[in-house]
Amino acid sequence: MTLKLVIENVKHKPMRSFLSILVIAVPVAGLLTLVGLSRGMLNDAEHRARGSGADIMVRGKDSNAALSASTATLSPKFLDYFATLPHVVATMGVVTHSIETLLTVNGVDLKDVDKLNPIHYVAGGGFQGDYDILIDQYYAKQKKKKVGDTMEFMNKSWRISGIFEGGQLTHILAPLKTLQELDETNGKFTLIYLKLDNPANTQTVIEELEKTMKGYPIWSMEDFATRIEASVNQQGLNEFIGVIVGIGVVIGFGVVCLSMYMAVLQRTREIGILKSLGGSKGFILRIIWMEALFLGAGGTLLGIALSIGARYLIQTLKPATFQVEIVYSWWILSGIITLAGASLGALYPGLSAASHDAIEALAYE
Amino acid sequence: MNDAPIIQIQNLHKVYQVGKVGVPALRGVDLNVARGEFIAIVGPSGSGKSTLFHIIGGLTPPSQGSIVLDGHDLSHLTDAGRTQLRKRTVGFVFQKFNLLPNLTARDNIAVARFIAGINGKPDAKFEEILRTLGIQDRLDHKPNALSGGEQQRVAIARAIVNHPAILLADEPTGNLDTANSTAVLEILGDLNKRTGQTILMITHNPEAAAYAQRTVHMRDGKIIERT
Repeated sequence: MTLKLVIENVKHKPMRSFLSILVIAVPVAGLLTLVGLSRGMLNDAEHRARGSGADIMVRGKDSNAALSASTATLSPKFLDYFATLPHVVATMGVVTHSIETLLTVNGVDLKDVDKLNPIHYVAGGGFQGDYDILIDQYYAKQKKKKVGDTMEFMNKSWRISGIFEGGQLTHILAPLKTLQELDETNGKFTLIYLKLDNPANTQTVIEELEKTMKGYPIWSMEDFATRIEASVNQQGLNEFIGVIVGIGVVIGFGVVCLSMYMAVLQRTREIGILKSLGGSKGFILRIIWMEALFLGAGGTLLGIALSIGARYLIQTLKPATFQVEIVYSWWILSGIITLAGASLGALYPGLSAASHDAIEALAYE
Repeated sequence: MNDAPIIQIQNLHKVYQVGKVGVPALRGVDLNVARGEFIAIVGPSGSGKSTLFHIIGGLTPPSQGSIVLDGHDLSHLTDAGRTQLRKRTVGFVFQKFNLLPNLTARDNIAVARFIAGINGKPDAKFEEILRTLGIQDRLDHKPNALSGGEQQRVAIARAIVNHPAILLADEPTGNLDTANSTAVLEILGDLNKRTGQTILMITHNPEAAAYAQRTVHMRDGKIIERT
């Protein structure tokens, strides 16, 4: 019967209920999208790093942050040195250049790429000229490009010679020499990938490298994934998520508090009726609290639906730039956060309703 | 059967505090009501009849004096104790019906049982009363789809569904036309005769008071006449 009372109360003012649910849903959707985006971007970066086919990555000394698009500082002599090391079967020097937010072009030698992990073309093929590029299918979809089309970046016009499956290195590959010339790197690399005869030898090779290359970031690809996450966290992502969680709680609290306070005012007489029937303070408080939980749960469900819609939009409009994952554990977390906010918000109106004088409430017009 | 009066009131006083000023609403009321009696309380506005109604119903405590209701001494009950008393010992019928607008007539009745902690369907006796009230086919409608007379009959059904010792009716015909007023009063009279329901009714209307077995006249917070 309590549930029936709550549901009928919610149905009685559908617009108020819907607006309350909508306002609660917005920060839930924002939180889920943010978490999904951060998880998606991290996993994508990790996936593409693994997709390189390498076992070890060496970066220049001044490239501390794993995601930074640093200048190329690794001498080409390192390639010769790495080739002499036991267990190393292939090397690949790469120059990276950021062309827009969260998007870099990698300068590579396709022969080296093939030694690590051959490219799977969806259309077209390798570079035919100095200003040819390969783009992955996600970037092609995002930019609505096909083989033979041109793109402008770094003040140059680039012809798309091939489209490859996503999940390897980056979304755009350009000829190594061309990118080195444009960036005036004097043949240097941003990073060098090493492929080993057996991944089980990774630690042995890293230890050997660390003896001779002190101060250089040398990571296994497994370690790289962890470092990406750490790097992102260092940039304040967790704090940012914390802020969004806080905003969610405050909005949940505020909306429910205002909404339920209005409801209590509108239902003063009904509260008097329930009291005349013997409804205790606890009973009145429970009705208000359950209605707040109902609004909170509705807001959570709508927020989840909105976040799924946002994910669809992002993946349709910017599939290469942003990757959004559905993080189911955060559905539950966001629900708990919202219900906590709603419960807090229900407290004042609930206590106010419970403490109404029955006679005054019955006389309320 | 217990022969003691179901309502025993002695030297009852009630003073409302309005700011720093105490406004006396009852000034020493003595009243005994026998079990199964139908009493009308009449009097002009401000005579204290509503205050007496509220105290008997456990909605507000007395300031002074003694009031024993079906063996419960209300003057010593806490707010929680009076809340408990309202669940089963008294049933209210109001002038403005006071049905919950979001619930159907059936649920309005059910909510009274729920609050009283009674599970299951109402007993056969109550079903018979529902037939007498003539609202069986209107139970699935919400109050805004019911006429005033129908709403008041639902309110009566709700008031007696838990078989309270006392039915308190505050101007039950105040918002009804003549036909519906007569119908409601006849229902109350019939209820009193057939089931022995104790009824205490406040009214301005002498014709309504005529349905009661006894009338108590109030003025200035006192009982001035008993007829």
